[in-house]
Amino acid sequence: MKDKVITRIIKIAGFSSIIIVLMIFYFLLKEGLPTLGEVALSDLFTTRWYPIEDYFGILPLFSGSLLVTFISIAIALPFGIGTAVYIAEIAPARVKEILKPLIEILAGIPSVVLGFIGIVFLSPTLRETFNLPTGLTAFTGALLLALISVPTIVSVAEDALNAVPQSYREASYALGVTRWQTIWQVTLPAARSGVITAVMLGISRTLGETMAVMMVTGNAPTMLQGIQSIFKPTRTMTATIASEMGEVASGSTHYHVLFFIGIVLFLFSLIINIISSHFSEKNRKEKEQVV
Amino acid sequence: MSNQSSHTATQVRKAKDGIGYTLIHIISFFTLLPVLGIIFYIVANGAPTITWDFLTSMPTDGMRAGGILPAIVGTLYLTIGTAVFSVPLGVAAGIYLAEYAPQNIWTRFIRIAIISLAGIPSVVYGLFGLGMFVLFLKLGNSILAASLTLSIMTLPTIISTTEEALRVVPERFRVVCASLGASKWQGIRKIILPEAMPGILTGVILGLERAAGETAPILFTGATFFLPHLPSSPLDATMALPYHIFVISTQVPGMPLQIQFGSVLVLLVFVLVMNLSATTIRTRARRNRQW
Repeated sequence: MKDKVITRIIKIAGFSSIIIVLMIFYFLLKEGLPTLGEVALSDLFTTRWYPIEDYFGILPLFSGSLLVTFISIAIALPFGIGTAVYIAEIAPARVKEILKPLIEILAGIPSVVLGFIGIVFLSPTLRETFNLPTGLTAFTGALLLALISVPTIVSVAEDALNAVPQSYREASYALGVTRWQTIWQVTLPAARSGVITAVMLGISRTLGETMAVMMVTGNAPTMLQGIQSIFKPTRTMTATIASEMGEVASGSTHYHVLFFIGIVLFLFSLIINIISSHFSEKNRKEKEQVV
Repeated sequence: MSNQSSHTATQVRKAKDGIGYTLIHIISFFTLLPVLGIIFYIVANGAPTITWDFLTSMPTDGMRAGGILPAIVGTLYLTIGTAVFSVPLGVAAGIYLAEYAPQNIWTRFIRIAIISLAGIPSVVYGLFGLGMFVLFLKLGNSILAASLTLSIMTLPTIISTTEEALRVVPERFRVVCASLGASKWQGIRKIILPEAMPGILTGVILGLERAAGETAPILFTGATFFLPHLPSSPLDATMALPYHIFVISTQVPGMPLQIQFGSVLVLLVFVLVMNLSATTIRTRARRNRQW
């Protein structure tokens, strides 16, 4: 009897995540969709974001997010995959035991702390080194974001490398192939799906990060203007929501548009995560075939 | 002749091997350098600020002097509040997935939902919390609304780690329980759960660590700029360390640097202690495991 009740409760808890995702989607739609009745689509997809005068062009925020995410992943990718390769393939056990907790600590440092480091250390350093008018730039944000996404990339990619059967490497060595070539031409390709998952999750983490970017990118919603935008202030979608939501009246057009941006972010993360879970599933199945 | 060329080819390969190895070492080093650098930098600059008075008194002079007691207490409240909601629900959902869930389309949906939850940007959780808890359920800007928002954000971490911890308990434990006449729930509660407990605890602590350091989800659900007294009910708004750091490093002109560093150090210690206890529980459990 008691068993039945408990089993029922556990089952309901099990299904709770479906209900929560639907609730999140519902509330975002409820507060965000009125945008479409208040701002014409042709106005929404313009390049001027200036809500005080009712300019709600979200393209600069969109390009800001893309720019920062792109630079950040370009930096995080070699470091993340390189470190994963080191931990999974090269490092002796004792070094591994030091490195893995360090990566976990990095993952645990709150983004507001990284943002603070960005303000007091990184941005003045960059300003002086590159002789910039301001150190609060897309590049500054991207560097901090790289620190935030590296732990995700390392741990997922490392798992994927560890899942590659030892027999692959041994067969490769037996053919006289060096360890370095084995890593590049055997192990990494075999872990391909897992490595793709790692990168996609890194992108998702970067795109959704808020505080660190908001604190160091200079809060300027300007359109992308070629390569020099890297060293200019910018503004991401997440930072816009975080910095403006506190000051708007609930129910106003500005409020609805901020929720609309939330819907865009939600859909982005949903798509990236579902695709990457597809890849990690594929990775698992490939491994099962071998064994 | 051909013998000699194959000899040089080997030398080239070996040289490539050496260069590659060096490169990987350098990359890994530069990935981990920032972790140690950040911790050292914060400790060195923040330690002189930390006095008993700083930790236990109210801020004065527009937060430019005095202590950070209300922010510390607020972060404790929010962390406990998050645990109250997310731990029972998350652990129950993890038990469902590991022990009860059949292999069908619904379980597939639950997994997709969890993956989606894990990827949602923290600021979008903040929007959801604002729409649902603050406005729709009329909880207002409060500890309760912020805790609920943070617990939903923490849920996927707790569910996944609980499931994983239960799955590593060998199948024979369950078979023996059943053969002794225990009901399924009795077996789980008396045997399986205790065996999986260190793993679950590690996941719970890591999830709460993230909640404790988050700023974006509480920006518009419960955090407040300044409070002249400690919150007295769950329906009060509260100060919190991450939000406090954001405010004093970006919004308050003339903020003394040592107070900023001190506040950051307190948050960092808070988070690192949680991180270290999680890691310690895990390593110790692995070492003592009998199976």
